[in-house]
Amino acid sequence: MSLDPAYLEYPKRGPGMDHNLYVPSPMPQRKPVAWPGGRPVAVTLLVNLEWFPITPSDKPFRAPGHMQTPYPDYRHYTAREYGTRVGFYRLLDAFAKAGVKATIAVNAAIAERYPSIVADILKDGHEIIAHSTDMNGTIATGLDEEEERALILQARDTLAAAIGSAPRGWQSIARSQSWNTPRLLVEAGFDYMCDWVNDELPYLATTPAGTIVSVPFNHELSDRQMISVQQQSMDSVAQQIEDALTWLEAEAAQYRSGRVLPFTLTPYITGLPYRMDAFEALLGRLAAHEATWFATAGELVDCWKDQAS
Amino acid sequence: MREGEKDPGLYDFRPYRDRAKLEWPEGKSVAVWVSPNLEFYEIDPPANPQRKSWTKPHPDLVGYGHRDYANRVGHWRMAEVMEKHGFKGSVSLSVALCQHHPEVVANANELGWEFFSHGIYNTRYSYGMDEAQERAIIEDSIRTVRDATGQTIKGWLAPALTHTPRTLDLIAEYGMTYTCDLYHDDQPGPVHVKSGRLISMPYSIEVNDHYGFFVYNMSPREYADTLIRQYQRLAAEGAESGTVMCIPLHSYLIGQPHRIGPFEEVLRHIAADGRAWITRSGDIADHFLANGYADAEADTARYGKADA
Repeated sequence: MSLDPAYLEYPKRGPGMDHNLYVPSPMPQRKPVAWPGGRPVAVTLLVNLEWFPITPSDKPFRAPGHMQTPYPDYRHYTAREYGTRVGFYRLLDAFAKAGVKATIAVNAAIAERYPSIVADILKDGHEIIAHSTDMNGTIATGLDEEEERALILQARDTLAAAIGSAPRGWQSIARSQSWNTPRLLVEAGFDYMCDWVNDELPYLATTPAGTIVSVPFNHELSDRQMISVQQQSMDSVAQQIEDALTWLEAEAAQYRSGRVLPFTLTPYITGLPYRMDAFEALLGRLAAHEATWFATAGELVDCWKDQAS
Repeated sequence: MREGEKDPGLYDFRPYRDRAKLEWPEGKSVAVWVSPNLEFYEIDPPANPQRKSWTKPHPDLVGYGHRDYANRVGHWRMAEVMEKHGFKGSVSLSVALCQHHPEVVANANELGWEFFSHGIYNTRYSYGMDEAQERAIIEDSIRTVRDATGQTIKGWLAPALTHTPRTLDLIAEYGMTYTCDLYHDDQPGPVHVKSGRLISMPYSIEVNDHYGFFVYNMSPREYADTLIRQYQRLAAEGAESGTVMCIPLHSYLIGQPHRIGPFEEVLRHIAADGRAWITRSGDIADHFLANGYADAEADTARYGKADA
């Protein structure tokens, strides 16, 4: 038995990455950045506001959180709707009570079906970014380029009609992109994408159509990863987020440079009655902390870009 | 190994009880080594017939990005904490990292860390290689690490833990003295090979951060508590005969901001305890070969061979 000789050839073995989207950048060598008011840690909350059709699609893959039982899956269809009707409003109230702004990644279907939600988000001053069409709108290599382009434009235009201006940011379902996605996002006029998890500060990505800012939203710091995947309690999540803040605050002082603490939330996970008190208490402590600057993705990008050039 | 047999014949039976006393330098009871896996995962690797690399179509953004976080952010944070508390790394190295991220390899080398090979990339697996192909990755590893760091590798951890029946014989033939791929003991021990002398280096896979966080789903503080319990037990038992504790790490996991603080407390605890020989895998291997190997062979001789 032996392997195809090509398996022992390494055509991309050389300095830098094995792709052209971005270049290496060791954190200690970055140009320092500062956040408004001299606050050392930007806290970026991102909520995935999603609509799951009861008829799931597996092309190119079935979204996390989607239907699981044979049709009709009332259980998951309604439990996800619970997140939108009930859980999300608990989150909005918690944000208002703490006086913080968040980034809401919204399926276009939410804006079409429930326009009042868009109004409620905007009234509170949160940022809306595009998050595909609905939870059947997954992207991965294998999706035809024209289909992907149409999906991105449909998501953008539906939200633009609901908001009054085009959303500046994008997050793919499950952060899954094809080889084409960054270029298609540039062509569609997006300023930043929130899919990559390889960093803690924004950085510039380069596509054949131009550049786009990558705003990392660490998937490990999310209720989906910590609660749904790793089966931890909201009390443990709160402790982990505060441990992260403690560390980042010290590191910001050491390197005299701002740091970012992202936290991704899902209405049907965090927005349950038995988790909300612990979440609200966490949010209150974070908001009261003198180290934190709560920033939307757009605010973070604007502040970073002014200093990065 | 004895290919195709029920017992692969890797080593002889030697129970934990009644062993000759293994003595560590300065009367320490437990040899502690920290093993950062410094890796490069390719975004679009070719498929191995026996194992897929990424679970999703390429690019698997989260899988790839998570690993890339190590070289941009996690390594630097982890290395700083290790240095602060006096822990030199013993690096399980994807040797192509020497080409892709020479800054990471140079940083580890300047800190006095030891390097052993973890294959070319962690997305190229040994399954299905013929002997010439396996020799090629071993020779590549030796040459690449020597060129990049001046070090001659003494050990091997198979890329993504993928082996062939001849791996152990080959690394011993090339002069390596330890393998991190066998998990049968908390002390080093002789391994059967056709030529040379090879020992098993306890790599403590059960307290690997990947196991802690993604097999056992521990919180950072639970993982830190686990490491301290592991240490306390091995330090106590090591008074009878020296033990080994490895802390195998991936900086894309342990270097996360919510994990590094609790982990630092583990290093602080071990450094302050006084019973630990805080060292590197190659130093443990050198010491054991000179001071414990013959005793281990003598212990073994008291027991009948399983295949006799």
